[in-house]
Amino acid sequence: MASEAPTSIEYIQHHLQNLVLGKLPAGYERYDGSVIASDTWTFAHSSKEAFDMGFWSFHVDSLGWSIFLGLLLSVFFYRAARKATVATPKGFQSFVELVVDFVNNTVKDIFHHKNRLIAPMALTIFAWVFLMNLMDLVPIDWLPQAATIVSGNDHVYFKAVPTTDPNITLGMSLTVFMLMIIFSIREKGFLGFVKEYTLHPFHTDKWYVNILLIPINFVLEIVSLLAKPISLGMRLFGNMYAGEMIFILIALMFGAGLLLGVFAGVLQWAWAVFHILVITLQAFVFMVLTIVYMAMAHDVPDEQH
Amino acid sequence: MNITATLIGQSITFLVFVLFCMKYVWPALLSVMEAREKRIAEGLESAEKASKDLELAKQKASQQLKDAKEQASVIVEQANKRANQIIEEAKEQALLEGQRIKSSAQAELDREIARAREQLRAQVATLALAGAEKVLARTIDPAAHNDMLDKLAAEL
Repeated sequence: MASEAPTSIEYIQHHLQNLVLGKLPAGYERYDGSVIASDTWTFAHSSKEAFDMGFWSFHVDSLGWSIFLGLLLSVFFYRAARKATVATPKGFQSFVELVVDFVNNTVKDIFHHKNRLIAPMALTIFAWVFLMNLMDLVPIDWLPQAATIVSGNDHVYFKAVPTTDPNITLGMSLTVFMLMIIFSIREKGFLGFVKEYTLHPFHTDKWYVNILLIPINFVLEIVSLLAKPISLGMRLFGNMYAGEMIFILIALMFGAGLLLGVFAGVLQWAWAVFHILVITLQAFVFMVLTIVYMAMAHDVPDEQH
Repeated sequence: MNITATLIGQSITFLVFVLFCMKYVWPALLSVMEAREKRIAEGLESAEKASKDLELAKQKASQQLKDAKEQASVIVEQANKRANQIIEEAKEQALLEGQRIKSSAQAELDREIARAREQLRAQVATLALAGAEKVLARTIDPAAHNDMLDKLAAEL
């Protein structure tokens, strides 16, 4: 936060801005009025700067936290896998096996084909998304404040919850989408893949009518295809963003007198408790939908076209 | 909240973690869990089998016990019967032996009586003669009267 007391709007905006690393072109006027001489890679100091950096910039905070949490997860799981014995599981191994068993059963229920990638992917999604969502339960000012202290810069933006960044959620759904298309083509062949998006849902016995129906089918099917990754990513993003937004609004109340402050404390606690449910559920939903999409990609239609 | 290259970064990161999980985590954990599952299933199965065996062994043991009891009772019965038989036989034999001893004693007695009578018979003539001699004194001719006395002795 800025040293001078920020207004509510500034506070909210500050919390919703990622730490962006990007390139600013030569002759660009910085937030403080200075003009840079040549193209520079730097951190954005205002929303406008972040916007002007364009596509080729990186949200260092979301990406950093997501990679850190992913590494943490990988190390934990790797250690559990290394130490796993057939004898009675204890402590950490028992917990990991509980999660693995849960994921495995979910995958078995939904996905009936042979693919070695699906179950590990489901596990990764569930655990990783859960951990990223869990960052939401860290009081919202702690990590940004820590970042301010570490960097010594009041203007530094810091957003600790990766899943409140649409880039993160859409990035994951994009991978899922690509795998979906790859598996779909692999299972049905390229022709089968194309047929699926041109001869459905309208189909007749006469070939010349079918040709006329192709554009209609294509538009309908492509919309439903594209809606999958977008809805998948956006659902998670929307839920987490809304959750974080409410935390921010509650945090605003802390500065508004003793009575409201205590009230805010109670609210914060209540919302955090409720949020435990939300983050778990969203991680689970993301996992299940991914499995469902993968199963759909593997399903070869019985009827001949 | 702009869409940036973070999207691509996250996509690749995601894929890397998924591949890591697929290669190093999932198979190891799952194989261990499956092995344990199998082991538990085997354990349960063998326990069930053992309890079945136990049941069978119990049945067999009780059957054997029953057989043994039956056999024992049969043997006891036979022994009783045999004992009675032996006693009967012994009684019979004793009776026979008694009778035999009695009859042989009787025969001995008869023989003794006959012999005594024979002796008596042999001596009676002499005794009678001696008596008569004493009574008649020299009036008797032993040669003339011996015939008559022998007849008398034969009548005895």
